[in-house]
Amino acid sequence: MTTTPARDTVLTTAALALGDDALVLSHRLGEWAGHAPVLEEEVALANIALDLLGQARVLLSLAGDEDELAFLREERAFRNLQLVEQPNGNFAHTIARQLYFSTYQHLLHAELAAGDGPLAPLAGKAVKEVAYHHDHAEQWTLRLGDGTATGHTRMQRAVDALWRYTGEMFQPVEGLGIDWPALETAWLERITQVLHRATLTVPAGPRTGAWAAGAGRQGLHTEPFGRMLAEMQHLHRSHPGATW
Amino acid sequence: MVTPAATTPLEAELLELAGSVPDPELPVLTLRELGVVRAVHAHGADAVEVELTPTYTGCPAVEAMSADIERVLREHGVREVTVRRVLAPAWSTDDITDEGRRKLREFGIAPPRVRPASGAVAVDLGPTRTRGPRAHGAGEPVPEPVRCPHCGSADTELLSRFSSTACKALRRCLDCREPFDHFKEL
Repeated sequence: MTTTPARDTVLTTAALALGDDALVLSHRLGEWAGHAPVLEEEVALANIALDLLGQARVLLSLAGDEDELAFLREERAFRNLQLVEQPNGNFAHTIARQLYFSTYQHLLHAELAAGDGPLAPLAGKAVKEVAYHHDHAEQWTLRLGDGTATGHTRMQRAVDALWRYTGEMFQPVEGLGIDWPALETAWLERITQVLHRATLTVPAGPRTGAWAAGAGRQGLHTEPFGRMLAEMQHLHRSHPGATW
Repeated sequence: MVTPAATTPLEAELLELAGSVPDPELPVLTLRELGVVRAVHAHGADAVEVELTPTYTGCPAVEAMSADIERVLREHGVREVTVRRVLAPAWSTDDITDEGRRKLREFGIAPPRVRPASGAVAVDLGPTRTRGPRAHGAGEPVPEPVRCPHCGSADTELLSRFSSTACKALRRCLDCREPFDHFKEL
């Protein structure tokens, strides 16, 4: 039941980047348990989190020991996008983050699955799971954006607020063999189409923060990430080697 | 692609045995009917390797499945059992056998529809509560409806894309008014 650890550095870099994205977003979505607006959403967000956790386990196992990587690394060693570490905010924020990320992940895994690289087997499974995550985010974007005035205002604020974290997604990750500019064009087209259908305005601001020298892929994270890690790691660190 | 070139009678026997293990989450189905046991390779007289594929990458039932397969094969006299997790080719709900589909329906779960050809998952666009099937684009065929497993009605609506597990959606029958799980197409 174990995957042979690969020592190849390029593969490790790529597996860490994508594995950390999945792990961190999974944890954020798990924070909704007990707090979601309706029971169906609680279940939906937890199920999406579970899919992401499964992907994270496969990817981190390609880079080393999954538990050590998840629970014993410091903030600066994580390679996830700043987008996925952003706090849940209100429900519209979570949906905007889901829309941006699931669209990216769907396009990326479709490309990886079509290739013959070491991540192709995982990508072939993930792309099918992520199609449902994307559908979920898109339906909610349409419902909130094209719904009540309150929903529209909150959804617009959320897509605006997270826009500055979307440029980072297209920084090339070494070893993946992806045409990143083409991926970005496809992402922008799909996002623009969904936002228009939801009667929302495509944000006009910059897609990277001026303060971010590089960003998450270089281990630079936003302030809320440290607090998230503290919560995620404290049990494992307080009781080293504990088992059920 | 997944079937080894030659399967010995022993391997066939052990594959049958491993496939007879009930699914830990849906015990009406066996692992063979679910389509997750890919192959059994015998190495020498009493060591075997079983290839198991997860339905969803994060499916927590995989560990219970592995333990159950190991137990059953050990009870059969195999001394060394290794269960290896394989991801490719990706599992699809089309791998569920006809018998498996019938059992799901009897158990109250609408079975996944069989897709005509492999391709992207159909993404249904529309209001969140979706009543009845619609074509996904001009000229495309309307997908067959998800039928209520209780009364057989085709008039059902989607309540939530994710239900008790990631592999199921929650629907409601508009005729008998019963809610039910639908094993989503993957």
